[in-house]
Amino acid sequence: MVQSGDMLLEANGINLRFGGIRALTDVSFSVRKGEVFSIIGPNGAGKTSMLNCISGRYKPQEGEIIYRGKNLIGRSINDRAAMGIGRTFQNLALFSHMSVLDNIMVGRHHLLKNNFFTGMLYWIGGARKEELSHRRDVEDIIDFLEIQHVRNEPAGTLSYGLRKRVELARAIAINPDLILLDEPMAGMNLEEKEDMARYILDLNEELGVTVVMIEHDMGVVMDISNRVMVLDFGKKIAEGLPDEVMENEHVKHAYLGEEDDLLHDEEAEAVAL
Amino acid sequence: MSHVPHPRPCGDFRTTYSDDTSLFRTKVEGYAVYLGIFALLFAPLVFNDFYISQMILIGIYAIAALGLNVLVGFTGQISLGHSAFFGFGAFASAWLNNTTGIPVFICIPLAGLMTTAIGMIFGIPAARLKGLYLAIATLASQFILQDFFSRADWFSGGAYGSAAEVVNFLGIDLDTDQKYFYLVLFWVVVSFLAVSNLRRSRDGRALVAVRDHYLSAEIMGINLTRYRIMSFGVSSFFAGLGGALYAHYLQYVSVEGFTILLSIQFLAMIIIGGLGSVSGSLLGAIFILLLPQFMEEIASSAAVVFEGIEQSKAYIKEMSVGAVIILFLIFEPEGLIHRWRLIRASWKLYPFSH
Repeated sequence: MVQSGDMLLEANGINLRFGGIRALTDVSFSVRKGEVFSIIGPNGAGKTSMLNCISGRYKPQEGEIIYRGKNLIGRSINDRAAMGIGRTFQNLALFSHMSVLDNIMVGRHHLLKNNFFTGMLYWIGGARKEELSHRRDVEDIIDFLEIQHVRNEPAGTLSYGLRKRVELARAIAINPDLILLDEPMAGMNLEEKEDMARYILDLNEELGVTVVMIEHDMGVVMDISNRVMVLDFGKKIAEGLPDEVMENEHVKHAYLGEEDDLLHDEEAEAVAL
Repeated sequence: MSHVPHPRPCGDFRTTYSDDTSLFRTKVEGYAVYLGIFALLFAPLVFNDFYISQMILIGIYAIAALGLNVLVGFTGQISLGHSAFFGFGAFASAWLNNTTGIPVFICIPLAGLMTTAIGMIFGIPAARLKGLYLAIATLASQFILQDFFSRADWFSGGAYGSAAEVVNFLGIDLDTDQKYFYLVLFWVVVSFLAVSNLRRSRDGRALVAVRDHYLSAEIMGINLTRYRIMSFGVSSFFAGLGGALYAHYLQYVSVEGFTILLSIQFLAMIIIGGLGSVSGSLLGAIFILLLPQFMEEIASSAAVVFEGIEQSKAYIKEMSVGAVIILFLIFEPEGLIHRWRLIRASWKLYPFSH
């Protein structure tokens, strides 16, 4: 486990409101460079809202998100790719009419220099050379995620598990330092989940990418995360090592409901019988 | 679009990335296109004036339709004002040549650039509007520009229209259809190459990404506003280029030609040809230009047999054009290019095609 105190991402006192609804209340956490950091919590707890704050879709009313010493809030969404933040979506967000290759090539967008004019000239002005050299990098990513066999297929025709993998490939193509994964394993079978877990670990260990992940599958979360944060009703209720979090009373409370009341009910039932 | 298998012939091994990014799916397809262009070089020697003039018009409309396909097919935006940009290119080229004396040959692409600027200004609403709302906003550009043409005497000659000089290339006046054909052919080849190249490079991919899923395109670092407006710019460039070629072909420009009817015809061309397909734009232009004439032939022949319909020949022609388009959209909503792909796949897979 990485224990260097080097912080890649720090969120301080994030408050996000939609009208009268408080989606996030005073959430603070920090992600160390090179770790796998999971955000868990019941449905509607504000996990995706938190991710959207980092990736710029939502703008919190209060608080700051510091990424490598720079405040992310107020920066445009499309700046984040160049800063090295990639993300995948909970519901598939591929360019479904484009081939898998083109999808991943879009991830190279901020690294490519050719524009409308040089792109149209293609052979003159170096666009071709540049495209081909990035194609090589994209092929490495395709190799890494083992999707060679579908690289020319339109992304919309792939199976669910493969689409998730292509989405991950596209996020990796950004060359990110930080990758935000929104439920990478939702709706997958056991085998696909194991594959995905392995890719995330490889991504983290081999490519050195810091991972912030939302996931509902507790088995996966506990196995691959370095640290876990638990949200409930927009508040942070626990943070720490996976084992610590599992033992936390608040977490049990959030996931299992009112334990004491349950006991009382059972006692009452027993008495009635 | 539904998925069409595209099996490659035996022996077509692609061993380099550059092979894999070639413009043509197979080598044979590439040779066929080169051969076709080569054969067209001899067309003016073979065909009579009528056919050549039809080919010129097809070329001009195909360039403009190609521009619209960048906007509608690639970026997924809609424009009901394409003929206004087409018209602007026509007037701009004539105006530029008449006032500054820059040779017409150079005025034509310059008019394209001027139209790009105008297109980007009228494309600004696209930063905020999508779908039907954008369609109405572009409708405004159609009427604003049309009004401008009929009022701005200094630019367009107002109600009288303006004269457009004959194109002079290296001392040769391109004053006959046979000579003008080569100019149009040149620009058709250049435009289609440019857009094909755009499609396989960074910004073309970005446009398609904006169409398919703008939220994740933004996460990939694509500036949505910029690309939406640039898409209008590129689209208008080709509209202006086509318009300029049109002006110097007729040697006269007047405001009547650039109505919303033409805008809708451009839309029909790309829908029938195939949205987002470069070669589909050409097929669509051919279809829309030749269909009325074909139907007229049929109506005339029918009138010989059934004498009763002689009086209403014109209506029958218009109605059958409409009917063919409706039937076409029902049975081939993805365009001529899709039909062609199906035919090719069924050849390749014979006897196992479905």
